[in-house]
Amino acid sequence: MRVLIALLAFFALTGARDPILVPEVSQHEIQVRQGFTGTELLLFGAILTPDGTRAGQDYDIVVVLKGPTRSIILREKQRIAGIWVNADSTEFRSAPTFFAVASSRPIKQIVDDKTAAIYELGLPWLQLSPIGAYDPAEQARFSAGLVDLMQREGLYKEDSRGVRVSEQVLYQARIALPSSVQTGGYTAETFAISKGRVVASAISRVEVKKLGFERATALFAENYGFLYGLLAVAISIGMGFLAGRLFALV
Amino acid sequence: MDVYLPIANLSVNGLVIVALGALTGILSGMFGVGGGFLTTPLMIFYGIPPTVAAASAASQVTGASVSGVFAHSRRAGVDYQMGGVLVAGGFIGTLIGAGLFSLLQRLGQIDVVINLLYVLLLGGIGSIMARESWQTLRAQKTGVPLPARKRRHHPMVASLPLRWRFYRSGLYISPLAPLLLGMFTGVLTMLMGIGGGFVLVPAMLYILGMSANVVVGTSLFQILFVTMATTMMHALTTKAVDIVLAVLLLIGSVSGAQIGAQLAERLPAARLRFVLASLVLAIALSMALGLGWRPDEIYTVEAL
Repeated sequence: MRVLIALLAFFALTGARDPILVPEVSQHEIQVRQGFTGTELLLFGAILTPDGTRAGQDYDIVVVLKGPTRSIILREKQRIAGIWVNADSTEFRSAPTFFAVASSRPIKQIVDDKTAAIYELGLPWLQLSPIGAYDPAEQARFSAGLVDLMQREGLYKEDSRGVRVSEQVLYQARIALPSSVQTGGYTAETFAISKGRVVASAISRVEVKKLGFERATALFAENYGFLYGLLAVAISIGMGFLAGRLFALV
Repeated sequence: MDVYLPIANLSVNGLVIVALGALTGILSGMFGVGGGFLTTPLMIFYGIPPTVAAASAASQVTGASVSGVFAHSRRAGVDYQMGGVLVAGGFIGTLIGAGLFSLLQRLGQIDVVINLLYVLLLGGIGSIMARESWQTLRAQKTGVPLPARKRRHHPMVASLPLRWRFYRSGLYISPLAPLLLGMFTGVLTMLMGIGGGFVLVPAMLYILGMSANVVVGTSLFQILFVTMATTMMHALTTKAVDIVLAVLLLIGSVSGAQIGAQLAERLPAARLRFVLASLVLAIALSMALGLGWRPDEIYTVEAL
């Protein structure tokens, strides 16, 4: 009973002080169709006290946009007998296809490493679930390699000045998605942080999907491989034949 | 002009791809090779995933060889019997190639093997062609005609059992020889996304000893069917044929092929072969150096 009262008191007290986050995303559905060259998501929202007034206090805001995860093999090239070949590899069970972190200040100044690791705040703290390699140094080398590769492809990014907080109430962050984003469910998680402690978090969801012709083509190729192949062959023969005829006229 | 490729999952500049198709189309029309040996590496260089590049390049070669086959068959330049044997070998080759492709992919060595194959094949064929065309050019310049080549097939071909008559090719040899040759090019097509024309043509001339007037037509005939089989095989196994990418490439290559064929009639043949040989050797050399240089990407990701 005493424990219960203590718990209630704890929640009542902390609850009274902890703010609430009201997040919103500019687009809940991103449509991948012809001419899609990538898009920019605006993630914004407000920090309020539980009774709905201005919090009147400085918070640090971190926004994490994460794409669907997948299992991958990461291969590493090494020089063997003068030739660069794939020598070493490791598997990751949950490598995100997209991962972007935006924060109001550099993460290092906002939270300690432990908190950052718990909430996956930042690229060094990605939880990739490696299998195979148990040596921590080796794991670190592979994760760093993956992060570096994905960063240069524009699929992983970290922006330590990406979130703007105005008047201690409104925050906004812009995250660009390149055209090579995978389709699927994306989660945008917003954290309000005060004195190195995460005091509030909220999730909003974004769905990236192919539509129309692009969707039909991907499904067709996936489910009806034989017919799709026949179509591709027919198109190539048709176009070759047509060109022959057209140029014979010229 | 941005075009989104639904299978490769990224957007590319459509005009660049059409230009790439046109470039290889012109080469294929001029030299009677498919041009896949240029398309696939250039597309990979442009950022298209290697599997999608190899799978879609095959359908481009189909398109480029169609009109060639029609043109050659009109002037009886296709030995259908020989072509049939080559195609049969090619089908077996694509099956073996598909197995090899997935095996190498599992081992993670597919790109190394592809690069090595390119270096060996392009280097070998390029040198043979360069030597032959150089000798012809020299002979033209000095006015001393080359000694007429005795058209005979390789002694190894003669030792094979079971002989057939191939009338149009002027041969009485075992069908096993073209069958094996067809199988070999089938494997290459599946692995490298090339038609194999630049392997087939010299092999038909120097190993089988076919008469020259049916060589190009028959090789195009074989390439046509084998690339069709390859496209089907990729559509069924890797599911990496991007139809939008293929159409873009085709627009360029089918018109390029026609332009190339017209150019070929105006330019001297020996000099043309020498240019192609230099081009092939240059690519082989750059790929050979590429094997030893530190690659741009040490790490590669593959989805499970």
